[in-house]
Amino acid sequence: MFDYYNLEPVLMWIHSTMCGLMPEWLAFTIEGIAVGIFIMVMYAVLAIILIYMERKVCAAFQCRIGPDRVGGRGGLLQVPADVIKILTKEIISLKNSDKFLYALAPFLVIMASILTFSCLPWNKGGEILHMNIGIFFVLAASSIGVLGILLAGWSSNSKYTLIGAVRSGAMIISYELSIGLSVLTMVILCGTMDIQEIVAYQENGWNIFKGHLPALMAFVIYLIAGNAEANRAPFDLAEAEQELTAGYHTEYSGMHFGFFYLAEYLNLFITAGIAVTLFLGGWMPLHIAGLEGFNTIMDYIPGVIWFVGKTFFVVFLLMWIRWTFPRLRIDQVLILEWKYLMPLSLLVLVIMTVMKVFGLVF
Amino acid sequence: MNADNIILVKAEDLYNEASRLRYDAKQPMDYLRDIVGMDWGEEGLGALYYMECTATGTRMVLKAVTADRDNAFLPSVCNLWKTAKIKEREVFDFFGIRFTGNPDMRRLFLREDWKGYPLRKDYDMNSNPLNMENEENADVTEEYTLMPDGTIKGKENVVFGSEDFVVNIGPQHPSTHGVLRMRTSIDGENIRRIDPILGYIHRGIEKMNESLTYPQTLALTDRLDYLSAHHNRHALCMCIEQAAGIEISERAQYIRTIMDELQRIDSHLLFYSCLVMDMGGLTPFFYGFREREMILDIMEETTGGRLIQNYNVIGGVQADIHPDFQRKVKEFIKHLRSVIKDYHDIFTGNVIARQRLVGVGVLSREDAISLGATGGTGRASGWSNDVRKHHPYAMYDKVDFREITRTEGDSFARYMVRMDEIMESCHIIEQLIDNIPEGEFRVKTKAIIKLPEGNFSTSVESSRGEFGVMLESHGDKYPYRLHYRSTGLPLVDTMDTVCRGQKIADLIAIGGTLDFVIPDIDR
Repeated sequence: MFDYYNLEPVLMWIHSTMCGLMPEWLAFTIEGIAVGIFIMVMYAVLAIILIYMERKVCAAFQCRIGPDRVGGRGGLLQVPADVIKILTKEIISLKNSDKFLYALAPFLVIMASILTFSCLPWNKGGEILHMNIGIFFVLAASSIGVLGILLAGWSSNSKYTLIGAVRSGAMIISYELSIGLSVLTMVILCGTMDIQEIVAYQENGWNIFKGHLPALMAFVIYLIAGNAEANRAPFDLAEAEQELTAGYHTEYSGMHFGFFYLAEYLNLFITAGIAVTLFLGGWMPLHIAGLEGFNTIMDYIPGVIWFVGKTFFVVFLLMWIRWTFPRLRIDQVLILEWKYLMPLSLLVLVIMTVMKVFGLVF
Repeated sequence: MNADNIILVKAEDLYNEASRLRYDAKQPMDYLRDIVGMDWGEEGLGALYYMECTATGTRMVLKAVTADRDNAFLPSVCNLWKTAKIKEREVFDFFGIRFTGNPDMRRLFLREDWKGYPLRKDYDMNSNPLNMENEENADVTEEYTLMPDGTIKGKENVVFGSEDFVVNIGPQHPSTHGVLRMRTSIDGENIRRIDPILGYIHRGIEKMNESLTYPQTLALTDRLDYLSAHHNRHALCMCIEQAAGIEISERAQYIRTIMDELQRIDSHLLFYSCLVMDMGGLTPFFYGFREREMILDIMEETTGGRLIQNYNVIGGVQADIHPDFQRKVKEFIKHLRSVIKDYHDIFTGNVIARQRLVGVGVLSREDAISLGATGGTGRASGWSNDVRKHHPYAMYDKVDFREITRTEGDSFARYMVRMDEIMESCHIIEQLIDNIPEGEFRVKTKAIIKLPEGNFSTSVESSRGEFGVMLESHGDKYPYRLHYRSTGLPLVDTMDTVCRGQKIADLIAIGGTLDFVIPDIDR
């Protein structure tokens, strides 16, 4: 069913055509470069869309209009204008900073983000990095980001950045446990770590329906922990601007700061994208058992639209949280994780295992 | 004429006399309102101690003089009232009187390398040319002790040792609400000690006042605590009117009271906005500003100004109220009553907000009185200190209102006191707005106002505490000395007591709930 939009035959055809024209190693190289450029462009475009969305959503919550001057009534060109501005800004270097680590840190952060980004299942046959331990790779790659934050805070040689980095380190390492456990819960349900197969498993029903109670709990835990992982309010203490001016990236300017900023928004998208993959069926359309006509119409909508649509819905949920709640304090953040979320996610893991063994899931 | 009744004590008896008054069985003078440094020229340097008994409301003034201008010493009273510590530093900074027994005799507002003492009458105005060098803050303070044989011995106290990890919160910082710098020693996330460094925007208003005529001095009051502009100016006008014996019309009294309460609502809405923003909730910030904008529009129609309004004048108010004033104020109060629920829904009931505020930064009643933390901060600790109740002025003895007090003394209590005061202010305005009597809004005064000799003082309840005006007149058209009791200075001084042992994030939240405004501290 619904193979209209399967990208795999197209990609295979491109590959075989290129192999016919040139040696295979050259074909792979050219394809690699093309895919790399594609990722970068997607990354930048998505960041612009997300920043625009954040501004508009935040404005709506705050009885404001949001950007409305540059680029027509909707202010569509405001973010591109800001991007051009930040590209032209000077990158300062500080007198007593550790020059090498100071320059390296933003690249670590953005590298972690791009690696994770490449694993998202956009469509059937539309995954860029495909491996049989995909979700495990996502967890591993996303952990590199915290290293960049720690380095940024430490190498800037400033007290504010140091406090911000230490906060961030303590928080992200803690919340990775909950993320890992809730991901593991869904891996048990699906019986695989391969991202495409996790999505394929949801062909006849999204995981959040198939795994019902434990899946729903794992979803909520994942959203909370994912929000913390993306360093967003109410967990934005690493850059709590009212306390530490800008936290770990206080001393960065120009595009170096831009990398942190980009990574923050893309991490939001990635968090939402993984949530969609694990719980909301990835690029699978919405099917309701018994309504054949409805299901067929849903099948005609391309998978990439399903995936992006669902992801933006989850992004909106996360933005809603951000613009409603005040910030937690560091000890409260850690108490929430170690006393409530982590034991709860262990419990959910056990429940899911038992239910899977006894066939209580759909 | 209600000139202050001043009791003169000898410098060497000052401590014993103050101690006797402080621990008096019948009327303990447990609240030191202010210490006003003075330069009486020939008579010498000295200070006036304004004190009050919180139980009965009785006020007293002590005067201590020392004739030796070069080595001026007075005994410190900081063992009796904690607030004396920072007030004595202010007197030292401006008059060069050293207080024996005060452990911290650094300058308070001026640079440490400042030459001379600017509020002395013989101060050379050219002695401190613009200094572009960076200021180094010493980590030690000087303490002077009076030996039994009459000699003075100096000693050094350490503020921050080499083992302290000191972080500068300010002077440029999003949450200090102005140019305030707090040197904060931290242990991980926990605060060990806070040392406020003041004076970044000090304008020398008290010195300027000495060369301005009385109507001219009014212009500077709005620039003290700009969120209590009406209250400040009201206090100074009242003081001059009382001293000169000017009776103002009832209409002016009504207008002044209504304006004061509007200003209080304005300030408390801003308090709400800033507090939630300090705690990371950006959305409620806009709620407060949305309603505050309406108040500013109403004020603008009548006074012509939004922040600096110059409305009260000696003898009444500057202009009559706008024809739409009454209707708009009534509409606004109706609107505010309907939206205040949103404020509580999004913030007061929020689980994170409660976690952050309840039980955090507790200030005991004794400490609040001893530190002179007036206003909502003191009332949240159970100290009934509303000047409107205890020393009524304008129309406050004719209207019915509740003084909001709570007993917890934590950040949440300070927050709730101010939120409830918004509603009380609405209640006061509603009683007055329809009954403004006809009459003059301003009585005619003489072209040149001269006050009789003597000391005069008034106090009003400003948005964030007791604002006082202490005036000494020598019969000229200029004040000999005009001192303002800052509402914010004791509150900043409170930070160290309240924040010790709390987290950095709490420092910001506590600073938000104490609600100080910097231009009022740096007069």
